[in-house]
Amino acid sequence: MGFLDRLFSRHEPPSGRVAKDRLRLVLTQDRAGISPALLETLKDEIITVISRHVDVDVQCVQVSVTQSGRESSLVADIPLRHRQGVREG
Amino acid sequence: MAGRVVTITSGKGGVGKTTLTANLGAALAMRGQRVVVIDADVGLRNLDVMLGLENRIVYDLVDVIEGRCRLRQGLVRHKQLPELYLLPAAQTRDKSAVQPEDMVRICDELRGDHDIVLIDSPAGIEQGFRYAMEPADEIIIVTNPEVSAARDADRVIGLIEAEEKSPARLVINRLEPSMVSKGHMLGVADVVELLAIDLIGVVPEDSNALIAANRGQPLALSNNRSRAGHAFHNIAGRLLGEEVPFEPLREPRVFERLLRFVSPERS
Repeated sequence: MGFLDRLFSRHEPPSGRVAKDRLRLVLTQDRAGISPALLETLKDEIITVISRHVDVDVQCVQVSVTQSGRESSLVADIPLRHRQGVREG
Repeated sequence: MAGRVVTITSGKGGVGKTTLTANLGAALAMRGQRVVVIDADVGLRNLDVMLGLENRIVYDLVDVIEGRCRLRQGLVRHKQLPELYLLPAAQTRDKSAVQPEDMVRICDELRGDHDIVLIDSPAGIEQGFRYAMEPADEIIIVTNPEVSAARDADRVIGLIEAEEKSPARLVINRLEPSMVSKGHMLGVADVVELLAIDLIGVVPEDSNALIAANRGQPLALSNNRSRAGHAFHNIAGRLLGEEVPFEPLREPRVFERLLRFVSPERS
């Protein structure tokens, strides 16, 4: 790669890094058998169920699959909205 | 002591299973082990040409299974290494001719007179993979530092875990150190981290491998004259329980190439 190419393509990550990120993603999906579409469905249904009982900050809910070694876990981060008049602390 | 059965598999085709089997067989035989390599890729026989034994085949795996010859008659002895034998695949049959219990029976018979039986598994995760896996005491998974090959290797690792076989070990084949250092290839640490299994070897990309295949002379036969040949010997050592350190991979420097050129037996 020439000097000019390097200067102008600096913002592009090296392809090896792209490969690692893509590999990590497909392995996560393959191992758990969870596609991005299924993850969206899970997220929507989790929000529906939890919202019946508590007030959920719907915009901030995150559902993802994480890996520890070869084990997969489904992780849901569900921020709650505080009731009116109740202060934090 | 009864011999061990080691199956070499990969999921994806073309990553170097047959090359690894041929070279590991040669390297182990050079260390005084009594070795049989079995070509389990029925219908797509190739281990014979890698070993330069294609003109010596009389019987094959399916002949042994179907009783047309005794196991001993099916074994082809290597020209230079008297302790290395090949049991070739049948070329005119398909994988339905072999059942998992056939492989177990053949391997059990071979364990008596041999130290190590290496099985070159067919690509894929279907019937051929199943029968190649059945008799294995140990499993080696071959992959390349690429997303597709590593993904298929992961599928195979998952299937082996589900079968509750002993954990497989990984060979990363065709790594190009210069590409890794430029950031354009997955490195050893990346692949090991994501696949999360133990590493047994790293084989660098080496154009000598093609020359060796052209001649039907495994690189390991000429020992340390090539980087890949050296890597195959390291894997053989680790398979035998030797503590062989993983060397950092890099391009050979000019004076090292020169040294190998003048004195090929060194290094």
